Amino acid sequence: MSTPLQSKLEILADAAKYDASCASSGAKPRNSIAGTGVGSAGGAGICHSYAPDGRCISLLKVLLTNVCLYDCHYCINRRSSNVRRARFTPEEVVKLTLDFYKRNYIEGLFLSSGIVRDADYTMELVVRVAKLLREEHDFRGYIHLKTIPEASQHLIEEAGRYADRISINVELPTEESIKKLAPEKDLRRTQQAMAGIRSRIEESNEDRSARKPRYANGQSTQMIVGADTSDDSAILTRSNHLYTSYKLRRVYYSAFSPIPDSSAILPSVSPPLIREHRLYQADWLLRFYGFEVGEITPKDGADAGKLDLDIDPKLAWALRNRHRFPINIGRAPLDELYRIPGLGVRNAKRIVSARRYSALRLEDLVKMRVNIKKCLPFIITSDHQPSRLGLDSDRLRAQFQPKAKQLEFEFGSAKESARTGQV
Amino acid sequence: MRTVSIDPGFDSWREKARDLILAKVPPEEIAWNDSSNSEDSLFADLESINEQKGNFSAPRAFVDFAQLVACHRNPDRWARLYSVLYRIKIGGDRDLLKKHTDHEIHTLEMMAKAVRRDRHKMKAFVRFRKVGETADTKREQFVAWFEPDHHIVELTAPFFVKRFTGMDWSILTPEKSIHWDGEELHVTDGVDKSQAPTEDALDDLWRGYYKSIFNPARLKVKAMQAEMPKKYWKNLPEAPLIQELIQAASTRRDAMVAAEATIPTPVPKNAYIQSLHTLKDAPQLSEIPLDPGDQSLSAMAKVAATCRACPLWENATQTVFGEGPENARLMIVGEQPGDTEDLQGKPFVGPAGQLLNECLAAAGIDRSAAYLTNAVKHFKWKPSPAGAGRKRRLHESPDQFEVSACKPWLQAEIARIAPNTIILLGATAARAVIRPDFKITKERGLIEQSQLAPRVIATVHPSYLLRLPDVERRKQEALQFVQDLKLAVS
Repeated sequence: MSTPLQSKLEILADAAKYDASCASSGAKPRNSIAGTGVGSAGGAGICHSYAPDGRCISLLKVLLTNVCLYDCHYCINRRSSNVRRARFTPEEVVKLTLDFYKRNYIEGLFLSSGIVRDADYTMELVVRVAKLLREEHDFRGYIHLKTIPEASQHLIEEAGRYADRISINVELPTEESIKKLAPEKDLRRTQQAMAGIRSRIEESNEDRSARKPRYANGQSTQMIVGADTSDDSAILTRSNHLYTSYKLRRVYYSAFSPIPDSSAILPSVSPPLIREHRLYQADWLLRFYGFEVGEITPKDGADAGKLDLDIDPKLAWALRNRHRFPINIGRAPLDELYRIPGLGVRNAKRIVSARRYSALRLEDLVKMRVNIKKCLPFIITSDHQPSRLGLDSDRLRAQFQPKAKQLEFEFGSAKESARTGQV
Repeated sequence: MRTVSIDPGFDSWREKARDLILAKVPPEEIAWNDSSNSEDSLFADLESINEQKGNFSAPRAFVDFAQLVACHRNPDRWARLYSVLYRIKIGGDRDLLKKHTDHEIHTLEMMAKAVRRDRHKMKAFVRFRKVGETADTKREQFVAWFEPDHHIVELTAPFFVKRFTGMDWSILTPEKSIHWDGEELHVTDGVDKSQAPTEDALDDLWRGYYKSIFNPARLKVKAMQAEMPKKYWKNLPEAPLIQELIQAASTRRDAMVAAEATIPTPVPKNAYIQSLHTLKDAPQLSEIPLDPGDQSLSAMAKVAATCRACPLWENATQTVFGEGPENARLMIVGEQPGDTEDLQGKPFVGPAGQLLNECLAAAGIDRSAAYLTNAVKHFKWKPSPAGAGRKRRLHESPDQFEVSACKPWLQAEIARIAPNTIILLGATAARAVIRPDFKITKERGLIEQSQLAPRVIATVHPSYLLRLPDVERRKQEALQFVQDLKLAVS
């Protein structure tokens, strides 16, 4: 038996699932000890369940309504789609969030909405949900609000007062693509809204007074991969720009996925999941491994601007830059260790710590669970010296290439690697 | 060999371990016994060997670490912990915990990791079921059933207290149960699963959500199972759906790919949507009309917002046009907006702007009566070098091309304001309106440029002061700067 609330929830969760973000981490630490309700946040996020698509379920991710005036061709909720429509009242979302939270199904709420009437009207409704949760119910769990770049600055600001994270989807990497596929959106306006959010977050962070009003401490965005013809270099360049200019916490990449009712401008295709995975790996190289955006994809040749789908981007970089190897694990500075394929940030730091006490052998790296197979041709340890011949060999790449059949299985580790960034 | 009996808990081990370390008992002479039903060993007369109770402290990092390892179900944990503590305290190896390649440390790290994971999964997969509600206070009661791998229930209890303070709850497990009544946490014995409720009215809604949030076009079963292993499924209300969702996924995906696409509908006659389109379809300027004509400043600013006469627009957030009253008698021209100005869309609001404010005040000039602008209206920057921390945007001076591309805007502003006095801050501003080889250091102060304004002053840019590393020098230069500003009101 399906109740009206149940079918609404199903429609509005279905409408929200193309947003990849599920983060519930990094909030300012707080709990409900001195409060009147429930909720805590801060530290690492918790994934309360996983769907068979490998994505974690951490937040109640719904739209307030999937009625929408916009006609973004990649979106299931665009105005010309024939999808079933539904609309929650703010009170319904509040109750669902609390009921789910108390059963420990979720960490909190991720609320977004189709645009009804205009951006401000919609934004007010979204903000109202968060306000009710915080003020009426003293809810101290995690709230992520999707904001609308066309909405007034003061409403975006208000959203930030109730939310832990606010986000605006840039959707596509270039102005031309946005013009073509999201006729109501505008890259400049989106970036201006992100600039406003960054200013407000920094202002709040600089305010050291004890009674300062709470404010979101992060913003993120999402880019759809494979809906337009932008290459990986264009996508990473946009990400790098957004990270640098607006201090985003995360850029999420979402492989353009078939939707139940697709637009004639953008027919359904199978989602480019491996490409999405490689972009996450490349994104990690940008943020944590000290790579410049121009290093990550080949500059020229047939594959210029494209990530290698068969092997991870760090390995691909190493194969293009063999003269930088082998690297001596016992001596190389940290930023050089970061360049070694198969060695993550965490292990690189542990190596620096451990080598102070004893010379490192291969078995020590095995203990640290370093991906030895990947590292081996590129490193020197106290008991291993790779052959220069091997490093120069044409066969080195073939050694890492997945056998045709295995590609599918590689998917399994994609999420994990995307999450941890261990590449 | 001596047998040491403890309660199976960290505190009990710690107490005994302290005595043993004080007595310098080597690890290989101890057999740890933590089963509560065993008889006390005849040799476990520790007190007798340890008359003089001393004091010692283990490093904080060890205590935190040991507390985790103590939760592991492996019976060897007590001996392994003691051995490491012995090496730290008696062996004097203070850095032992940092030696990740040490065999013992590695083993303990693996155990701590398993415990951390188990705790994390408990926080994730406990499912409360509502069993009642107090009529007058509306306070709700919940019960959950969980089967941890390790002895983590008590260590993890504070998390649930802090999160679910506002409701009453019990978490039942085979080994121990914990209960919260709003004031105190109670620990009782473990119970059988049959004691726990199996359904909740909300479970159907939750399953509906789970089913709908799943995207059948991207099946990644292995990724799901890596994080949510099958052993947890039996206590998760959503788990029974997994098999059917997987089975139907490919059919659903194929149907979506095969389905006929929908033709987009025309833009509706909605005023809001029309306004978005008008804004978006506004022409982007690649050339600036040289003559501002009779445009107001605000009209000019609107057009300037679309300016693409040089490539700087691309990496900037927005055009930062001048700001101030149309009838201002004083005009101040800087170089270009910085990071803060770019974000806020206003000139002189960043650190250099703040310093300018202070110096203007010191010179007795009212900023709000002046018109402030820049020679170049977009922020030119380069990213800080890759490496530690987040990248920042570093100021880069505009080149000759960019300055001349932007010059028509500055000229239009000067023509519109027709100020009495113009203060040019820094070389870029002076070079833009006077001549390309103008040298601030040689020519600062009042300069004769009557075609610009009756009185023109050239001086340094406040960011120059900010960059001076020497405090004394900075003070001197600031005084000189204020002197220059005063020329505007003398």
